[in-house]
Amino acid sequence: MESKEMRVVYAETLVRLGAVNKDIVVVEADLMKATGTGTFAKAYPDRAVNVGVAEANLVGIASGLSTEGKIPFAATFACFASRRAFDQFFISANYARLNVKLVGTDPGVCAAFNGGTHMPFEDLTLMRVIPNLTIIEPSDPVSLAALVEASVNHKGCVYLRLQRKPAPILYPEGEKFELGKSKVLRTGSVDGKPAQAVIVALGALMVGEALKATDALAAEGMSVAVIDVLSLKPLDAKLILEWAGKTGKIVSCENHQKRGALGSAVAEVLAESGKAYKFARIGVNDEFGEVGTQDWLAERYKLTAPHIAVAIKAL
Amino acid sequence: MNVTERAELQGFAKDIRKLTILMIGELGVGHIGGALSIADILAVLYGKHLKADPKNPRAADRDRLVLSKGHAGPALYAALAERGFFPKDWLHTLNKGGTKLPSHCDRNLTPGIDMTTGSLGQGLSAACGIAIALRLNNNPAKVFCIIGDGESDEGQNWEAAMFAAHKGLCNLIAFTDFNNAQIDGTTTDIMALEHLREKWAAFGWHAVEVNGHDVDQMDAAISLAKTRSDRPSMIILNTIKGKGCTFAEGKVESHNMPVTMEMANQAIAALDA
Repeated sequence: MESKEMRVVYAETLVRLGAVNKDIVVVEADLMKATGTGTFAKAYPDRAVNVGVAEANLVGIASGLSTEGKIPFAATFACFASRRAFDQFFISANYARLNVKLVGTDPGVCAAFNGGTHMPFEDLTLMRVIPNLTIIEPSDPVSLAALVEASVNHKGCVYLRLQRKPAPILYPEGEKFELGKSKVLRTGSVDGKPAQAVIVALGALMVGEALKATDALAAEGMSVAVIDVLSLKPLDAKLILEWAGKTGKIVSCENHQKRGALGSAVAEVLAESGKAYKFARIGVNDEFGEVGTQDWLAERYKLTAPHIAVAIKAL
Repeated sequence: MNVTERAELQGFAKDIRKLTILMIGELGVGHIGGALSIADILAVLYGKHLKADPKNPRAADRDRLVLSKGHAGPALYAALAERGFFPKDWLHTLNKGGTKLPSHCDRNLTPGIDMTTGSLGQGLSAACGIAIALRLNNNPAKVFCIIGDGESDEGQNWEAAMFAAHKGLCNLIAFTDFNNAQIDGTTTDIMALEHLREKWAAFGWHAVEVNGHDVDQMDAAISLAKTRSDRPSMIILNTIKGKGCTFAEGKVESHNMPVTMEMANQAIAALDA
């Protein structure tokens, strides 16, 4: 499968959209090199603002820009975007009903060699409690480009959780995406056999692991569907319930704490549906991050395909 | 400034004080001290220096104000009501359920409020963002921002201070309401701000210190700040907490205090005497 570096797609998309929409402004906190928006700064130097290592100010300045009709894309590592600048994003951006797009990069184990201090396993939980905030985590280069564009067109704050590293292309060019909508990436993994379970996965890493898990289970004759969540908030509850109804067995997968984010959101939807389902969550089990390669960490926190397959079979 | 203009601004400041005391008296409690200490700067801004159209509070060519010490909202509401941004009747609704005049400033509720504030330390960053946006739009409007002295303890102010100087945001004119009082005591006792003017100057700002109850001094300082074409300005206002209110003036405990209508009426009568 062809891959593309996600940060390159992010920056290229902003450069493309920024050519037409002069209100788009990139705001960085000394991580422009990491985020890849140097290309935007080169194309539109006036519309690229670097605030230095100051995340509170990053979000505050983005909020001020937004009061004047600008569409700021403020980016930093997800740990700082959420933990450090939470009140600024909560009050100056969201409570003020502004239009700030906050980008948190290097989600969960993607922080790898930056280790536990930089490993956001809780950013989504924090963001999810902000009223009316839109939260997205694209799964591939195509969905990323489309959802960045949808974020520009959406009037309101957005939290974009962004894996910077290369990700395989899952969707054809031109596929349509909407904020608040998930995609059924696989209706079943065995030809002619209806899905017996559904994996609800968030983000490039976990969607990739989910697909691998379905391949492994298919080899054993078990047909499993995959929903690419894309939008944590609003959650596409209708689609999730539809597939819960079809299969009766659901596993949520996230590169994040189990508590408070996707697993909790799906559990809420299932519990409030009034129907009984078999349900399990793949995610970090109330632990801090630590240092290692991304692959080692994914295994360390039991986020990989074999663990997903075991969880499904155990239902 | 001529005699008439001075008298007008002083009269405006007195009206702001009377309405602020009345609002808080009707409610029974409020941030009266820090509201009254900025009454004079609000009079100088809304009476002379801040370009605004009450009939079109979001006009593109207006000057912006971020009241970062958002708890002083009542004084700003008084100034805005006096200038006709909304009916004076609204002042009776301060902090009541469903009001358009909440304890802390809200840009979505009150005509004339440019930024939502209240979580201390965030306003100056927003003002920087507004200043950058105005520059991008080739808009010659100014951004005024008022921060508190206690609020200056918040580190985000100093992030914004570095940023504004680095970017040469000459369209940003900020004020520190230096009334030397924060909730738990004097700023001298709780978190001293010694050499505050020198601090801002060292951060690269045009920094001056004036008497925050002297309309002439503030007028001159703002006029000079407006001429700066290279850097942001910080005008430190030496003020007295609760200034002009018999029961609150000079009292640290006036930050947020109970006020009866009897107290309010007496204080208003004293201002009129």
